[in-house]
Amino acid sequence: MKKYLSFFRLRFVMGLQYRAAALAGVVTQFFWGFMLILMFRAFYRADASAFPMSFEATASYIWLQQAFLALFAAWMMEQEIFDSIVNGNMAYELCRPVDIYSMWFSRSAANRIAKAVLRCVTILAAAVCLPSPYGLQAPAGGWNFFLFLVTMLLGFGVTVSLGMLIYVLSFFTISPQGLRLLFSSLAEFLAGALIPLPFFPDNVRKILELLPFASMQNLPLRIYSGSISAVQMERAIVLQIFWLAAITEFGKFLCRQAEKRVTVQGG
Amino acid sequence: MGKLYKGVRLYLHYVSIQVRSMMQYKTSLILSIIGQFIGSFQVFLGIFVMFQRFSRVEGFTYSQVLLCYGIVLMEFSLAEMFARGFDTFSGLVRSGEFDRILVRPQNEILQVLGSRFELTRLGRMIQAVVMFFYGIWASGITWNFAKVLTVIFMLIGGTAVFSGLFLIYAALCFFTMDGLEFMNVFTDGAREFGKYPMEVYGKKALLFATVIIPYAWIQYYPLLYLLGRETSFLFMLMPLGACWFLVPAWLLWRYGVRNYQSSGS
Repeated sequence: MKKYLSFFRLRFVMGLQYRAAALAGVVTQFFWGFMLILMFRAFYRADASAFPMSFEATASYIWLQQAFLALFAAWMMEQEIFDSIVNGNMAYELCRPVDIYSMWFSRSAANRIAKAVLRCVTILAAAVCLPSPYGLQAPAGGWNFFLFLVTMLLGFGVTVSLGMLIYVLSFFTISPQGLRLLFSSLAEFLAGALIPLPFFPDNVRKILELLPFASMQNLPLRIYSGSISAVQMERAIVLQIFWLAAITEFGKFLCRQAEKRVTVQGG
Repeated sequence: MGKLYKGVRLYLHYVSIQVRSMMQYKTSLILSIIGQFIGSFQVFLGIFVMFQRFSRVEGFTYSQVLLCYGIVLMEFSLAEMFARGFDTFSGLVRSGEFDRILVRPQNEILQVLGSRFELTRLGRMIQAVVMFFYGIWASGITWNFAKVLTVIFMLIGGTAVFSGLFLIYAALCFFTMDGLEFMNVFTDGAREFGKYPMEVYGKKALLFATVIIPYAWIQYYPLLYLLGRETSFLFMLMPLGACWFLVPAWLLWRYGVRNYQSSGS
């Protein structure tokens, strides 16, 4: 466990070095969030009664999403890991007395957290300062805020473990690009990254909420502004824990299979 | 004319090399194309989902928004087909690869464009073609010669504007040595948010898209003409006018090449 923690620390400190990139990211995400809010405003003006959650809650959802993008974005994956699979550097990692799965897990978790730490403060601060319906509202209550933090951590775990599946599957396909693209576009849509899940038609939403993708950003961001009922919330948290355990175990299993029959590319 | 012909042939040769190298990873290529297709498809699904709930936005109906999205996606994909090689330009500058390009007796823009051609873009292109024709079919517009001409003008103007943006993105690398992430807002962001007519984002956004970067010239104003809300021929010709955007973009690029200092290695 200790060695994975130091991997984590190492990567985390490394990630904190990219401050200029973080600044660019902040500008991009702020702009992106703002455009999304303008878009939702147009729909809100068109028909306020058809809005499934309050406009304030929608704005909060968008700002939190932009602030913590690095924690939940399915498309943010580590090129280095893919490269090591394609060019054969993997061989060195296999030689080490560490478990590949845990090492990569701690590594991608560290990178995501470092990115999020650098970006979230500026975005959150700016979003709080925006005038009322467009800015970030206070959480719906103390209990909600606590659960928001808990489910954010769990959702983050689900995101990383889903990403791990893609890394591990790349052992089998060798060139990872296609798999990665396919996974990230599907996950983004089903996770509610484009449009929050409450905006989906009810029968579709009920199915989507059962999928692991809904355990990523959908749950914490909705708990924050209280746009989910208490009963649904309990069920969703149990489901979230289930998915986290199931996907991690499945990933580990796949990783063991891959290690058995790994072919090192190049030299 | 002979020079142009040679240029096109060289470009096609570049492309064929890239295609052959990509064919080495067939499974991945097919998955990439499908991934790109789905990636673009989710934007359509997004529109679809929103219009399940709302009947119109700022007076635009579902089918009118689809027409708008189909045209913008087509404009973007055409520009991407030709000009996305600029995307990886920061890598060329940093590795010193651009020095090699400069000493070759060929136009440097052509070489940069040929440096990368991704077959995966085919996925988006297929998506664009489908959306384009679906949008036109679903729009319920009675087409006449002037309106068909407007759509063609939009495709020309739109390709020019997006190509200009890609060119600016690359030209800025001369000064920063690195790709500027926030420039994506103006390219991928414009494709993403261009699905709705610019008016949706409010008066200020429309003003920005009229005066600073001519998005509205290739999307909103000609769309008004297509939908019959405006009848002046001015609206029909506006997308052609947007082609001027290539001029400052090209000047910036020229300026960058003149002042280029190699990063070594």
